[in-house]
Amino acid sequence: MKTILLSGIAGIALAAAGATGAAAQVDQDAPQGGDMVVTYQDDVATLDPAIGYDWQNWSMIKSLFDGLMGYEPGTTTLRNELAESHEISDDGLTHTFTLKDGITFHNGREITAEDVKYSLERVTDPETRSPGAGFFSMIEGFEDWNAGEGEGLSGIEAVDDKTVEITLSRPDATFGHVMALNFASVVPREAVEEAGEDFGRRPVGSGAFRLAEWTPGQRLVFERFEEYHRDGVPKLDRVTFDIGLEPTVALLRLQNGGADVPGDGIPPAQFLQVVNDAAYEERLVEGGQLQTGYITMNTRMEPFDRVEVRRAVNMAINKDRIVQMINNRAVPANQPLPPTMPGYAEDHDGYAHDPEAAREMLAEAGFEDGFSTELYVMNVDPNPRIAQAIQQDLSEIGIDAEIRSLAQSNVIAAGGAEDQAPMIWSGGMAWIADFPDPSNFYGPILGCAGAVPGGWNWAWYCDEEIDARAAEADAMVGDAAAREAAWRQIYLDIMEDAPWVPVFHEQRFTLHSDRIAGDDSLFVDPVHIPVNYDYIHATEGQ
Amino acid sequence: MTGYLVRRLLESALILLGITFVTFVLLYMVPADPARQIAGRSATAATVANIRDQLGLNDPLLVQYGRYLAGLLQGDMGRSYLQRAEVSTLIAARLPASLMLMVTAIVTELVIGLTIGVVAALRRNRAADHSLMIFSFVAISAPQFVIGILLLYVFAVQLGWFPIGGYGTPAHFVLPSITLGLLGAGWYSRMMRSSMIEVLGQDLVRTARAKGLSRLRIVTRHVMPNAILPIIAMIGIDIGLFMSGIVVVESVFGWPGIGQLAWQAIQRVDIPVIMGVTMVSATAIVLGNLLADLVAPLIDPRIKTK
Repeated sequence: MKTILLSGIAGIALAAAGATGAAAQVDQDAPQGGDMVVTYQDDVATLDPAIGYDWQNWSMIKSLFDGLMGYEPGTTTLRNELAESHEISDDGLTHTFTLKDGITFHNGREITAEDVKYSLERVTDPETRSPGAGFFSMIEGFEDWNAGEGEGLSGIEAVDDKTVEITLSRPDATFGHVMALNFASVVPREAVEEAGEDFGRRPVGSGAFRLAEWTPGQRLVFERFEEYHRDGVPKLDRVTFDIGLEPTVALLRLQNGGADVPGDGIPPAQFLQVVNDAAYEERLVEGGQLQTGYITMNTRMEPFDRVEVRRAVNMAINKDRIVQMINNRAVPANQPLPPTMPGYAEDHDGYAHDPEAAREMLAEAGFEDGFSTELYVMNVDPNPRIAQAIQQDLSEIGIDAEIRSLAQSNVIAAGGAEDQAPMIWSGGMAWIADFPDPSNFYGPILGCAGAVPGGWNWAWYCDEEIDARAAEADAMVGDAAAREAAWRQIYLDIMEDAPWVPVFHEQRFTLHSDRIAGDDSLFVDPVHIPVNYDYIHATEGQ
Repeated sequence: MTGYLVRRLLESALILLGITFVTFVLLYMVPADPARQIAGRSATAATVANIRDQLGLNDPLLVQYGRYLAGLLQGDMGRSYLQRAEVSTLIAARLPASLMLMVTAIVTELVIGLTIGVVAALRRNRAADHSLMIFSFVAISAPQFVIGILLLYVFAVQLGWFPIGGYGTPAHFVLPSITLGLLGAGWYSRMMRSSMIEVLGQDLVRTARAKGLSRLRIVTRHVMPNAILPIIAMIGIDIGLFMSGIVVVESVFGWPGIGQLAWQAIQRVDIPVIMGVTMVSATAIVLGNLLADLVAPLIDPRIKTK
């Protein structure tokens, strides 16, 4: 999960296009030319694909680098990127990729199978300190290499210049998505070695754009890579990122014609004004995102070790009211998975809001008079307000919750301690998927692996049987429908145990100027946030 | 004088050393784990442990501090956890923008503050005095964030006189300088006013008037030079004020200075960068105070260095 730094401003997250799975109507024939200006408040941390892991640099890196796999623009459908073909052996253990002909890096050198091997070994090398190393744990030889032993990943072999064979230690249905992660981008060894630790400042990849200028704190300029392996891509000649603009100021710029996309989104304070402004009607795009906001209940602390109590809390929370409080920038949730994620249970109703029944259930559990507890929350608006709404709902059923409003890192630390935070509202730190696969909502936040000190399973929920079923589901290569069904049941069973109150799924809103255009799906692209830089085109070019 | 200077420099060095220690300990005590911050949440425990190990975060506090100090004495501020670049490079790239903004802000606060102070003193207890003092009160109390956004909205968006944030041309300097300088201008106008009123009541003014000098000449030649003395000494101390203001002003105007760098580093628990910026600002503040103490006796012989 990408770290959602600074995102007290709700609504910047890896999103899911409305049309998950279906190729969107992308304007492939749109003319090339023109440029756009995207604004951001923060400077870009790094453009090294092995290191960059926040929502801001994620899609920038996507435009500068390519890996073997990628996604159809505006969708979550996997496609070959640098790979011409991808074959999987019958046992699901051997993946053979053949590279396209005549593809080159920005420095002009042709990409070979050795580059793929080097890049994957670099990201898993402990000395690289990559946050994404763990994604590749299914590749044979990972354990040794990632522990600093041996001479690279034994599971990767460059068969010839164009063919690379990757052997896995276990079948894994998510491997295609893993190879589409930024961490799997192909990088040229000579440029990495020349730049050393500064590769993140002087990136060389094979993406649709190359970095032309980076003035720290001020501006980055991406220019079209003329030799890009897809004809007619990118659409724009140039993308300029103006750095340092506070979101309110960025919106003023946009109104003034000085910017095309506010990269940090629409500031909450201006949200209603923008949504109700007829001038923006055509240029405001809404999309779902692979995000869930939830309340965790620490299953190892009294009285939340009682399932009746957790269920009662689930029935006590008025989710519609909370959604209203944030100006309907979300839809109410009843399960961990968001609606656009494969495996989402459409016909599941969840726990209905029923304070009366909740009170009864509490009484049956022996808490006629309720109890006192603490609710941890990140101290950035709107989260304290949401916590107050939760507090009110809880007091309706006799639970007296004291709000502990703290800085993000302190809440995360409290959640990672076994006996500290009885309840946490996840807002501002909530779960965002790295790739559109149901497994992505389990391991660290609901699985046993995450229920460790410093982990992200703040409910400290650990069911060995469900853990085993999760591992089984991930090994189901080939039968997507059966796998989806297995995951759907896992999440429904988890909700029986009610370690969370799923509260809402945030919606994403993007605004753009009339100087640029493209299919709506490109403006709420699930992997390119805030917009798909490669496929957006300029209206002036037409 | 030389002995005084040497002693003061040594004192300053000790203060800076103390600041490194206190900052380091405070950052060490923050519950956020930098390794986890770098790793993101889907990282396995092994990945986090590896990052912690690579950064030497498992060592005892004093070992870590000693290592940092040893590097610092050799001019090595370490590398940013997140950006991986040298901290000194990151700061060097941004320091000029902050320093230039500071200079223009000092000029702004002096021009606005002194003018208001003089006019208010000369129009003491009249309508002009009252309204100017209300203005200075507002300038002191209003949050810089609000002033910045307001100035941007009126002068950049509505009137289009200045660019909407950013950096580069002289026009870019105007609004941030005013925003940053307004707070000081408020203080200075009050100080200048009371200082002027004090001097105006002194014998030298009566003598000058008795000599038949014009009012303008009395004010510019006799009153103002005397009244301004205490203010000059204040400018050095002001640097501390600017260092805190600059974080807010830079983030409103998209100014590529160290304030912006610090703000981002704090949010990402990027300890080497936080330490680096703290050191640079602390050095500026200590030097500013030192300078103020050294300059004061030069312009006002009544103050003696001891």
